[in-house]
Amino acid sequence: MSAADVAATVTDPELPMLTLAELGILREVRETDDGVEVTITPTYSGCPAMEAISADLVRALHDAGYGRARVRTSLAPAWTTDWISASGRAKLAAAGIAPPGPAPARAAGPVPLVLGVREEHVACPRCGAESTERLAAFGATACRELRRCPACREPFEHVKEI
Amino acid sequence: MSFDDAYQALTDHDDDARWAYGTGFADPLAGVPTALPDGVDGADLAAYCLMLGDDALILSHRLQQWVTRAPELEDEMAIANIGLDLLGQARLLLTRAGEAEGAGRGEDDLAYLRDAPDFRHVRLVEREDPDFGHLIARLLVFSTWRLALLDRLATSRDPVLAAIGAKGVKEVTYHREYAAGWTVRLGDGTDLSHRRMQDAIDAVWPLTGEFFAPHDVELRLATAGVAVEPASLRSEFDAVLTEVLHVATLDQPAPVTVGRTGRDGEHGDELAAILAEMQELARATPGGVW
Repeated sequence: MSAADVAATVTDPELPMLTLAELGILREVRETDDGVEVTITPTYSGCPAMEAISADLVRALHDAGYGRARVRTSLAPAWTTDWISASGRAKLAAAGIAPPGPAPARAAGPVPLVLGVREEHVACPRCGAESTERLAAFGATACRELRRCPACREPFEHVKEI
Repeated sequence: MSFDDAYQALTDHDDDARWAYGTGFADPLAGVPTALPDGVDGADLAAYCLMLGDDALILSHRLQQWVTRAPELEDEMAIANIGLDLLGQARLLLTRAGEAEGAGRGEDDLAYLRDAPDFRHVRLVEREDPDFGHLIARLLVFSTWRLALLDRLATSRDPVLAAIGAKGVKEVTYHREYAAGWTVRLGDGTDLSHRRMQDAIDAVWPLTGEFFAPHDVELRLATAGVAVEPASLRSEFDAVLTEVLHVATLDQPAPVTVGRTGRDGEHGDELAAILAEMQELARATPGGVW
């Protein structure tokens, strides 16, 4: 397998149903005379999984015979949920996590203030009901929020659009 | 390879990676180009990164003190997540400060081995929250200011600061929304919650003057296209606060001006208590790994 194929099989520690490639944080894999160089980008600045992700990548490449591998960080452009692939979105939904919609477009000028209920259309990943409501803007990880479905009365998580 | 939790990978193997100080944690800017922009003084850039990094580090510490004490589990998760975002920003900024300084200091050295007068955060972030209303009031004014600042920083000539700014905007947008939502709920709530929210706004307001008081380093770097001129943030700050406080039926206190500030290393006694807690272990066992 090429180094890129090996790196593409590594999964995310906090969303283990997704590979790093499907999550959109695997940015580049280069094979050079000096070994393999993998570039990843954090989802959020404080993402505590970056160390584990780097270690997983190096180990997977090592196990596949790429003895010299290093991981570098890219900060720009900043990760956006638009980089989550179609297969990644399908796997999130299958795991009961509502995938993100399109990231909000940013107009010129200051970041608009949202007061009260956000206009969001997040379908329930369990029963498919189209209208659900936010319980809390912050969930088990930085990238997820908590919602509930009035139709099936089940709570669920949603990957926030950023 | 997959694990049920993110931390198992760090403890399953006998390498040096461990959580906490002395961990052998990788440089959060590993592989990011570190060259300074043309014509920018490294000492100035280091000082500026410390200012913005210390703001995030100290507030992150104050926020995590609420963990296990928040009124609801959902709010505890919000506060912890906001603190984690700020800690991530602090790590990047302190690492950049160490690079720009060029004296071999990393993020851990700067967080754990500096004394109080060497910290450069605004004094707002070090005060203790007497109650949840104060936490919200501080987070409202801080996140409103920092969102405006990071948004402008995204066009900095320093590519690292620009990247930190662009990324941070996405995070702090949520912080501000959370704080503004609670300000409205408490301000436009019961007589008791209204009074206590007004008390909290009145208590933090005098400290907002520091946001807009320029330090020489900020002015020099703003001229060089690297930093944000503090005074330029005032109109956005005022517009947002006016709207939130109006909807929350709260009175907006009068603008304040200040003399020497946290940017000059002027701090209160509360910082000593924070540092005693935050730095104790690292200082007791220098370079310790566990």
